[in-house]
Amino acid sequence: MSLLSIENLSLDIGGTPILKDIDLQIAPGEVLGLVGESGSGKSMTALTVMQLLPEAARARGRVTFDGIDILAAPEDAMCRLRGDDLGMVFQEPMTALNPVKPIGEQVAEGIRWHTGVSRADAEARARAILDRVGLPEAKFPLSRYPHELSGGQRQRVVIAIACALKPKLLIADEPTTALDVVLQAQILDLLRDLVGENRMGLLLISHDLAVVAEMADRVTILRHGAVMESGPTGAVLSARRHPYTRQLAEASTHVPARPRDPSAKPSGPPLLEVRDLTRDYPGRRTGLFQHEKPFRAVDGVSFSLPAGHTAALVGRSGCGKSTLARMILALDRPTAGSVSLMGETLEGKSEAQLRGARRNMQVVFQDPYGSFNPRHRVERLVAEPLHLFDKRPDAGERRERVAQALDDVGLAAADMDKYPHEFSGGQRQRISIARAIITRPKLIVADEPVSALDVSIRAQILDLFADLNQRLGLTYLFITHDLTVARAITDEVMVMDEGRIVERGPTSDVLRHPTTPAAQALVGAAPDLEQALARRLSAERSGSPL
Amino acid sequence: MIAYLIKRIAIGLVTLAVASAVVFCVLEIVPGDPALLMLGMNAEPEALAALRDEMGLNQPVLLRYVDWVSGMMVGDFGRSYTYSSPVIDLIAERVLVSLPLALMALFLSTAIALPVGIFSAARRGKAADTMVMGAAQVGVAIPNFWFALLLIYLFAVWLRLVPAGGFPGWGAGVWPAVKALIMPAVALALPQAAILARVTRSAMLEVLGEDYIRTARAKGMPRRIVLWHHALRNALIPVLTILGLQFAFLLAGTIIIENVFYLPGLGRLVFQAITQRDLIVVEGVMMLLVATVVLVNILVDIGYAIVDPRLRTRR
Amino acid sequence: MSMDPTIPGAPPERGFLRLALANRSFLIGCAITLAVAGLALLSFFWTPYDITHLTVADRLKGLSTNHPLGTDHLGRDILSMIMIGARNSIAVAIVAVLIGMGIGVPLGAWAAARGGLVDEVLMRFNDLVFAFPALLSAIMITAIFGPGALNAIIAIGIFNVPVFARVARAGALSIWPREFILAARAAGKSRTLITIEHILPNITALLLVQGTIQFALGILAEAGLSYLGLGAQPPMPSWGRMLFEAQTRMIVAPHLALFPGLAIVVTVLGLNLLGDGLRDLLDPRLRRER
Repeated sequence: MSLLSIENLSLDIGGTPILKDIDLQIAPGEVLGLVGESGSGKSMTALTVMQLLPEAARARGRVTFDGIDILAAPEDAMCRLRGDDLGMVFQEPMTALNPVKPIGEQVAEGIRWHTGVSRADAEARARAILDRVGLPEAKFPLSRYPHELSGGQRQRVVIAIACALKPKLLIADEPTTALDVVLQAQILDLLRDLVGENRMGLLLISHDLAVVAEMADRVTILRHGAVMESGPTGAVLSARRHPYTRQLAEASTHVPARPRDPSAKPSGPPLLEVRDLTRDYPGRRTGLFQHEKPFRAVDGVSFSLPAGHTAALVGRSGCGKSTLARMILALDRPTAGSVSLMGETLEGKSEAQLRGARRNMQVVFQDPYGSFNPRHRVERLVAEPLHLFDKRPDAGERRERVAQALDDVGLAAADMDKYPHEFSGGQRQRISIARAIITRPKLIVADEPVSALDVSIRAQILDLFADLNQRLGLTYLFITHDLTVARAITDEVMVMDEGRIVERGPTSDVLRHPTTPAAQALVGAAPDLEQALARRLSAERSGSPL
Repeated sequence: MIAYLIKRIAIGLVTLAVASAVVFCVLEIVPGDPALLMLGMNAEPEALAALRDEMGLNQPVLLRYVDWVSGMMVGDFGRSYTYSSPVIDLIAERVLVSLPLALMALFLSTAIALPVGIFSAARRGKAADTMVMGAAQVGVAIPNFWFALLLIYLFAVWLRLVPAGGFPGWGAGVWPAVKALIMPAVALALPQAAILARVTRSAMLEVLGEDYIRTARAKGMPRRIVLWHHALRNALIPVLTILGLQFAFLLAGTIIIENVFYLPGLGRLVFQAITQRDLIVVEGVMMLLVATVVLVNILVDIGYAIVDPRLRTRR
Repeated sequence: MSMDPTIPGAPPERGFLRLALANRSFLIGCAITLAVAGLALLSFFWTPYDITHLTVADRLKGLSTNHPLGTDHLGRDILSMIMIGARNSIAVAIVAVLIGMGIGVPLGAWAAARGGLVDEVLMRFNDLVFAFPALLSAIMITAIFGPGALNAIIAIGIFNVPVFARVARAGALSIWPREFILAARAAGKSRTLITIEHILPNITALLLVQGTIQFALGILAEAGLSYLGLGAQPPMPSWGRMLFEAQTRMIVAPHLALFPGLAIVVTVLGLNLLGDGLRDLLDPRLRRER
């Protein structure tokens, strides 16, 4: 007897079909991984079960939870179900809590509503569940407000709200996507424990096969609103019978071909040299004339990068890696220390004096949507860095150069007359790279360049980076929190922690044998698809639960 | 919290100081000699000189500014040129009309607008919402003095329920006085209520789209409770901002409305003082109004801090 | 490749027209605004009657086929007066908006680009101007420097400056942290150039919407000033002045107070609808309703 059963579920919103004939089952105590890329309809499936769909949505089919026909249930019956037998955790912990209410009240509110106990009893129970999710009273009294907590702590509060009444089914929609790997591992552990303690069903929605392989007993793969394949996690993800499953699995562990002799030592002077770089931000004001101690985002960082080299700067969120990247790009002024590119120091120079250096170093950002002015055509967007040449190319030459750059990144020259919103996310990231290479720079700093992309697109963009490294002899500095990116494409890894580089070495060495605690935490927390699958398979074959 | 308040109050004081300089300077460059105005065109030169001396008009500008400001600190706003009585007395008498009027209008406008805005947001897209918001759209476009004329025609000329204007004074009893203020207050309040209702509705709709509303619904809270317990308090932040701005607007609005209804309030006082070149009165009333606006802004800032815990711990 | 649906960005021109035709607020607002502006323009060449010619025999007439909106106490045709009054209202409000935009937008954009002390000083200046009740100060300015359309324009315009400065600054501040601005900085562009190329085009929608709002408020303010006798001076007719003259004659000729008021309401309503429609059309991010 399954806890949740979805049969032939179809959904359209305002006439646009979103889901087509979805089938899935979850038994009590079972973890089902619902996998798919953006736009595949995973979140809408979850919201259908919760009956929290947008008003224009129309659902057909059967959704049965614990014997109740969800699609036919009246609103007050759903209100009794939600937060009691049916809990939900969302992706974005920063906005999921009401900013004007203390966390205790937000947890206790649902308890009081469903059980009718007194305020004091509800608060006692809220206290207990907050303790359980790892927010002990000493540091996290009920009177704390959401803005006083970090993202990981807030996600724990959301989990506490969802699990306060020991639901039979918990739906977790990308619960760790907004968190760094270390926090992700902690939250996943917590979810796994809660499932075990209460024999709770868990519908885990994720785009990350490795996370699903570690967590889920069974997996359902969704694409364009339809189920592609489903079955036991280990079997489905290792046999890869369905072509889409194979495509997803291969893309997640994709390593671009880089025919390069690892023993070849780069020679000559370093391309980029960073010396004792430090950046302080003024502390919060605590009184009229008092400030907290300045916050040191980057603390005495030194390293050098030879030409043609590919390095990754990895670390948890808030470790200072983005600040460091901005100082290297001369977009932020260091408090102390120096950056030099091809022997030329950058700090203390005016914008005009920096033109030469800027020609030789360009940047690719994370967000393929935010990195273009939506009102300009591609030609103008890609040509923007040509501003750095003392002799500006004329219109014809400009178009020629843009066409060349677009060709380099695998787009057509005709694309230059379109607007950015006419392109998909992956194509936009290509445009972003075209803009970065149009001045034929030596160094590209890429700040999380594939984090916002779906796995299959991400593999293609990584291939493009590898290809350009070969053809144009580019040097890369990748800023990333994702070790798979570092593993896929870089020669060298620098691990950053609290503003310092704590460990540095060849990528394979550092990822295999991290020596410092910060690096060990990162590597240990990173989900690994191959290892997780191996464990799953052996468990599935022996028939014992993991 | 304390630091936040101190900063707000400090900004308010600086604003007041600069405002006093601006008011003083503007009126300083105004053409026309107050002494000449008081004595009339064919005044004796000696009398004129004596009066100028007595009024302190021969002293350096800076000294007169300092005198004026330090006088105001102890409640001495100077003597009116035309009424020949202390400005503070004139103001005190007129405040008793203008302040109740502005407060009544503010109360009316809030009491109408908040429920209407919330109701409309809860029924977004339904017929009731469309009608109420259509009415608000028209209400925003109505000049309050024209609305006042319509009210006068309807209730005073046609139905003869209330007097068309004038003020019996508080000495005539509370009810007659309040009665004389009802129609002006309604005329002031309704166009403001239309604005406030629109702001309330859009603030509510914005909040209702937030993630934490979904979280509250996911824990089983019904729509009604989410609306009142979760959405309203967050939506109050922009509503407070508009309320603060509206109080300043209502104060200024009284100047026209008092003229329409012949009410002896601050608005009429300052208007007459301007036309009679009674600059010391103008200066005093302006400073009083600026101080009120500054005070209201500080109250709004305190309101923010009460509603929003993030402000209590920041700065 | 499966990726996101297209997100709202710059609408291509053809789609814009289609959206515009489907937006009721925009259409009605446009129609009203164009009609009022058309009547005002027409009044330069033709009005039903010559309002400088007083026919005392025709004074205080009600509605008739000769005078569709009646006549005033001097026998002047109300419709003609309203048409010419529209000229005055529109001119004062538009020039006041232009003054506000012309000074406020550069100030706001400058403050956002520079930050720090410049920004702080500008914001304090804004607080200062906001501390003066706008209408009251406008009354003071016009009363002291003499009544008339020009001083009304200046008085209303001054109080538009901080409004536009604030809107431009807030808009610019929301654009500055975006990645395309960082990319432009990495391309070596100066803050001024970035403001011109990237910031201003992306806040035009905001400014246009605010422009229609201030236009509407300007018409209301001008009406208030001329009601008090501080706007355009006779014989130039103005809607506010017409209402003032109507007030004492309300018992005998209530229609005198009706039509100038309706003219104000319709004009302001049209502009507000136009602003709402523009906001929906130009910048989906500004749309409050989801």
